[in-house]
Amino acid sequence: MRRVAFWAIPVAFLGFFFVYPVVTIIGRGLWPGGHLDLSPVGGVITDPSLRGILWFTVWQAAVSTVLTLLVALPAAFVIARLQFRGRALVRALMTVPFVLPTVVVASSFRALGFGPSTTAILLAHVFFNVAVVVRTVGGLWSHLDPRQEDAARVLGATRLRVFTSITLPALRPAILAAASIVYLFCFTSFGVILILGGPSRATLETEIFRQATQLNLETAAALSIAQLLATVAMLVVAGRLQGRSDVAMDLQPVTDTARAVRGRGDRGLLIGVLVSAAALLGTPIAVLVVRSFDTAHGFGFDFYRALSTLRADSVLFVPPVEAIGNSLLYATAATVIALLVGGPAAFAVARSRRGGALDVGLALPLGVSAVMVGFGFLIAFDPPVDLRSSWVLVPIAHALVAIPFVVRIAVPVIRAIDPRLREAAAVLGASPRTIWREVDLPVAARGLMVGAGFAFAISLGEFGATAFIARPDRPTLPVVIFRLLGQPGAQNFGAAMAASTILVALTVAAMLGIERLRAGELGAF
Amino acid sequence: MLEVRGLSVRYGDALAVEGLDLSVADDEVVCVLGPSGSGKTTLLRAIAGLEPIAAGAVLRDGVDLADVSPHRRGLGFMFQEHALFPHRDVIGNVAFGLRMHRLPKDQVTARAHEVLALVGLDGFERRSVRELSGGERQRVALARALAPEPRLLMLDEPLGALDRALRDDLARELRHLFERLGVAVLLVTHDHDEAFALGDRVAVVHAGRIEQIGTPADVWRRPATEFVARFLGWNVTDSLGAGRAAVRPDALRIVANDTLAGTLTSTWEGTVLERAFHRDHFLVRVALSGGNETLDVAIHDAEPPTIGDTVRLAVDADGLVPLLD
Repeated sequence: MRRVAFWAIPVAFLGFFFVYPVVTIIGRGLWPGGHLDLSPVGGVITDPSLRGILWFTVWQAAVSTVLTLLVALPAAFVIARLQFRGRALVRALMTVPFVLPTVVVASSFRALGFGPSTTAILLAHVFFNVAVVVRTVGGLWSHLDPRQEDAARVLGATRLRVFTSITLPALRPAILAAASIVYLFCFTSFGVILILGGPSRATLETEIFRQATQLNLETAAALSIAQLLATVAMLVVAGRLQGRSDVAMDLQPVTDTARAVRGRGDRGLLIGVLVSAAALLGTPIAVLVVRSFDTAHGFGFDFYRALSTLRADSVLFVPPVEAIGNSLLYATAATVIALLVGGPAAFAVARSRRGGALDVGLALPLGVSAVMVGFGFLIAFDPPVDLRSSWVLVPIAHALVAIPFVVRIAVPVIRAIDPRLREAAAVLGASPRTIWREVDLPVAARGLMVGAGFAFAISLGEFGATAFIARPDRPTLPVVIFRLLGQPGAQNFGAAMAASTILVALTVAAMLGIERLRAGELGAF
Repeated sequence: MLEVRGLSVRYGDALAVEGLDLSVADDEVVCVLGPSGSGKTTLLRAIAGLEPIAAGAVLRDGVDLADVSPHRRGLGFMFQEHALFPHRDVIGNVAFGLRMHRLPKDQVTARAHEVLALVGLDGFERRSVRELSGGERQRVALARALAPEPRLLMLDEPLGALDRALRDDLARELRHLFERLGVAVLLVTHDHDEAFALGDRVAVVHAGRIEQIGTPADVWRRPATEFVARFLGWNVTDSLGAGRAAVRPDALRIVANDTLAGTLTSTWEGTVLERAFHRDHFLVRVALSGGNETLDVAIHDAEPPTIGDTVRLAVDADGLVPLLD
């Protein structure tokens, strides 16, 4: 009975809030006038301007991925293999950009003085995704047995030869996995392109948004179908590539394979990585914070004060400060929804044989892009299913994006629950229902709480879906930042910096909360 | 109290327990002794209702437990590696079974304190089970199993992961505790010393069947089968003129060639193959001349021979047991 409920809740949620909107989009794109018409979708290829957008989308994603790998692989080596003071801190700091809201990252590159340009887009993508590569590749790298490399050296291989014929092949699966994730993120990147690309640099994502806001719903739907085909194709290719390179490896499970820094090469690499990490990862945020205080007449809180007033010429309908309350409310609601749906889903995925299918299904909204979720909501929850005026749509969209994280974090924790604990409880007189309440839930709770922290942070920064469905009188912080950045004038720009700084502070607070939970977990089961 | 009749438990294609009969009387301590993989743990799990039964029955006071789910069987079970609840403190673990039996809150607390005192853990109530030593965890597990006052207590390798000195102490404590509580106990272990020290009766199991059951003295002095003999460290041989027989290493003596006459009926000649020091004695492996059998001989006092020496062996009649199988 309970098993059915574990499945029913996530399946119903996914069906109504993801599958139904996507089907509606496909219907709009393929049956625009009530009969099958492939020309709008074909137009994505035949129309020169749309073809240009498709090309730019592919190109920027590919270049961003290559650049990210070039920057991140040395960093992954340094963090995985070299011992130096502050290593744990550097590793933690490198992960920070990944959880920062896209709008904040974009606005901090604006703070650095970047106007709309391709360079700014590429740099921002590298900034974001270094963490993905460092975590994925570095994680595997630190578990590779260094004695294999030693053995190759003793057998007469040069250092370069060791790297190309021993280390690199061993890292291949992690590099491919990281590269495909980065490519997917850059392909579906939205906030960064919208803010740093300007009107002349559009990707499928931003074009869907532009066409939809200009009420060209058929074109937007056609672009969405192209986007859907592209992302599904990428997921399939990535799965194939990784499947093929899944070789058994001698991994060192517990021991730390890091070694002391030795020789000029190591030292140069270490310093190079630390300096460039500080420059690439630290500078934008530092400049953002500084510029939020840097007013026309010295440093002060003018821009923060300005957030509480609604100026006559403003593009906003409410004072920006209200967005803080909205964001916190939405984030709280999204977290609750993500737990109510993701919690049962995590148990279903962890405990049943067909759980993998549910796991993939729940990850689809993330892979397919938040913009499509937002656009789908926009056209699907029009009358007769009219939910558009309800504020709940925003946290529901956020929850769709956050649920895969909640599930991925909680599943290993649930799987790790020792079955003997449940047997011990049974022998002591606990019924199956009681066992669930007394053993499973409390042990899984910590994993779910960490997932909840991520859900909160994700909701705070979510922009792609929110841009479509947040009502003008109830904007979130990212929406306000985007609007302010779109307006001329130092006052608007300064207010955007101030709002971005507040958003950074809220996100960091959520992440610190997670770290506290993690620390408490040390040494557990 | 407990009766197991013709019990079989299937693991995949293999039978982990095969047609096993066993009973435990009120107040009795029965130790099931066997090597790992002999089906000991499976037997306990089947009695607790945690493992489906392929054939046979488990009866408590004559009542078949087939349709009684584990949480209604009212048995105490101390798991191997303890399976303490990591998210509860010491008293939370001990009180768990009492809460499940819906005792009033003040009684739960009182009884939990009482049991903790019984196992020597007063003052540990609010400690996290993660910060306990192996011996302390063992006591918490015992207290948790004892708290609801089960009439049958089952223990799976209760002293398993502890070091030697601690094992001896805790074994003595367990013995006192069993006497004091008057509870029926079914304990499984792979350790002879533990089984013989704690059990009123010892059942030696092999491949899911009971090879021999009896008092510790019976089993130790008269192993019934070749498996039991070998498991207890006896020699099994056909060469000593008693048919197939088991002989205890310390029932064999090395005798000088010229003391043959009179007292001893017969002796055997052999060559020393190996010699190893075992705390209070040497164990010497001797290859008998004219055959391919070897015998282990324990030498307590005399200076042991060196490898390659030819020696003459004599056997004490009370250490020689004819085998039936």
